[in-house]
Amino acid sequence: MARYIIKRILYLIPVLIGVTLLVFFIMHLAPGNAAQIILGENATPDQIAALEKEMGLDQPVIVQYLRYLGGLLHGNLGNSYATGTSVTTEIMARFPYTVRLTFVAAVFSIILALPLGIIAAVRQNTWVDSASMVFSLIGVSMPIFWLALMLILVFSLKLGWFPVYGADSWKSIILPAVSLGFMNMASIARTTRSSMVETIRQDYIRTAYSKGLNEREVIMKHAFPNGMLPTITVIGLEIGQMLGGSVLTETVFAWPGVGRLLIQSINGRDTPTVMGCIILMTISFALVNLIVDLLYGVFDPRVRTMYR
Amino acid sequence: MENIDRTPPALEIEDLFVEFRGRNSTVYAVNGLNLKIEKGQTLGLVGETGAGKTTTGLAVLGLIASPPGVVTQGNIRLGGRDILKSLEGEERERLGTLWGKKKYRHVYGSRFCVSEGELQKMRGEKVSMIFQDPMTSLNPVITVEKQIAEVIEKHSKISHADAIGKARDMLETVGIPRNRGSEYPHQFSGGMKQRVVIAIALACSPDLLIADEPTTALDVTIQAQVLDMMKKLKEKNHTSMLMITHDLGIVAEICDCVSVIYAGRIVEHGTLEDVFDHTLHPYTKGLFDSLPDLENRDTRLKPIRGLMPDPSIRYEGCPFADRCDYASDICRKEPPREVHRTDEHVVACHLYNEDNIAEGGAL
Repeated sequence: MARYIIKRILYLIPVLIGVTLLVFFIMHLAPGNAAQIILGENATPDQIAALEKEMGLDQPVIVQYLRYLGGLLHGNLGNSYATGTSVTTEIMARFPYTVRLTFVAAVFSIILALPLGIIAAVRQNTWVDSASMVFSLIGVSMPIFWLALMLILVFSLKLGWFPVYGADSWKSIILPAVSLGFMNMASIARTTRSSMVETIRQDYIRTAYSKGLNEREVIMKHAFPNGMLPTITVIGLEIGQMLGGSVLTETVFAWPGVGRLLIQSINGRDTPTVMGCIILMTISFALVNLIVDLLYGVFDPRVRTMYR
Repeated sequence: MENIDRTPPALEIEDLFVEFRGRNSTVYAVNGLNLKIEKGQTLGLVGETGAGKTTTGLAVLGLIASPPGVVTQGNIRLGGRDILKSLEGEERERLGTLWGKKKYRHVYGSRFCVSEGELQKMRGEKVSMIFQDPMTSLNPVITVEKQIAEVIEKHSKISHADAIGKARDMLETVGIPRNRGSEYPHQFSGGMKQRVVIAIALACSPDLLIADEPTTALDVTIQAQVLDMMKKLKEKNHTSMLMITHDLGIVAEICDCVSVIYAGRIVEHGTLEDVFDHTLHPYTKGLFDSLPDLENRDTRLKPIRGLMPDPSIRYEGCPFADRCDYASDICRKEPPREVHRTDEHVVACHLYNEDNIAEGGAL
């Protein structure tokens, strides 16, 4: 087990090199110039050139990248072009907000999605099934920023229950978490339904009924643990994605998370900050996936024997 | 005779009809099936794939998947107690249309005389079933002993620890070391899984055991062991048994009576001796002819020509007529009625009437 985990973490190294390489060169190819943006529109070409030299931007891109990588090996993510403070400090100031939002959104979506998916599967082809699937179809297809705006319109502006933006009180997390969680709820519910539909047709479910168990016992003790695996995968992917920062939600609600930092730094051609955000995304995505794979082993004894 | 009158049969099925209603077609799986198992006896239900054997077994447990399955008619009695009863007259017209409503979920034209809760109490304790495929009949994520203990806990008021203890006893009874109970099904071989399935079915010493091809998925050496074990356990617990199989060898070894099923109805029924030595129905004869003869290995096998009739078509006459060497015009027009050779031995075939049945020499 420990060996398996270490192996998986070592796999992360080539992934990180690939990701940083790709992002670094894309940032380099993108139009716009960090020195120009820092100095403003009135800067003379001489001033820009001087600043570029100072920042090392006049060097060939491969040298810039290797320099960056060298810093990375020492745990140094560099300094933000925009603010001059260290990228690590910048991200660490934002990350707790993203984690908090992710957690609340995930809890909200799971609590709603699991019963919805299970009931739809058990009452397959009835109006309950249709209703819950239409509900989650709406969730999948609704643009998240539109939902966010509607929530603000109704619950903040009309009813005044929640603040419009910011992260000042516990109340301010509700609307962002709901709009973020609603979309995830939809895909989790659909996955749960289809895997449960599959599971309740299995022979061992019939065996369970033949023992004299009632429907609730059969569904909760026999079908659910078997139908969980695809659901866990989807939940893992959603959480991994949300941890990297939810750009749209954070932007609409002015939530001070990593997603908004990323957008701001892309606009400012702030390569070190962009790189920092991307690395954080990659690592959290990979770690969540690792946890998902380990959870597979918890739920399915057949998988457990494979973790060597 | 007096003795039989006093103890009701372990299982009686009268005039059972089951169909599966798909979107485009209806499959008539069981068409007027009758069978009876006396207490302590083993009845072999023999027939080809698709003859309705498993459906019959599931009907007794009230486990026909619904939708699409519906019981359109029929009575089932377990140990003299009505489980399923045909609706009659006005009631049939009124309730027969309620199919799809939850209360009568499984049935249409017949209804359960017991509530869903009583049915659940019956399953596992009074009747249990050994399913055909041991590979898929066990839950892959629950330990073997827990799967056995579950049925014990459900039907008797004992603690979880005691139930696990009893489950391990059961494992030993079926020849698996008790310390392997904490393992999962995937760690077991096919034969061991089938033993576990048998242990689950027998854990509460049911009055009636429905064994649906319990050895089909096993190789021959294991088959003999499993059959032997079932026989012993059955004798020990005085269990009656419905042995569903297509293997006449198993029937000869373990059964007291045989019912031959074709296209969802019984075409011939009798004691082992009746059916094996005084074969009446051409289909039964065809089944015997399809077996290799060990004493005369030069003779060619004579398989029954053709295939089972399409189960989505209702036949006016005898469903076997198209494959039968003895068929005449009447076979295609009228369904054959039952003719008795003895009290027990009965055949449904136009070849026989009360006058010629005693000779039994039509084949």
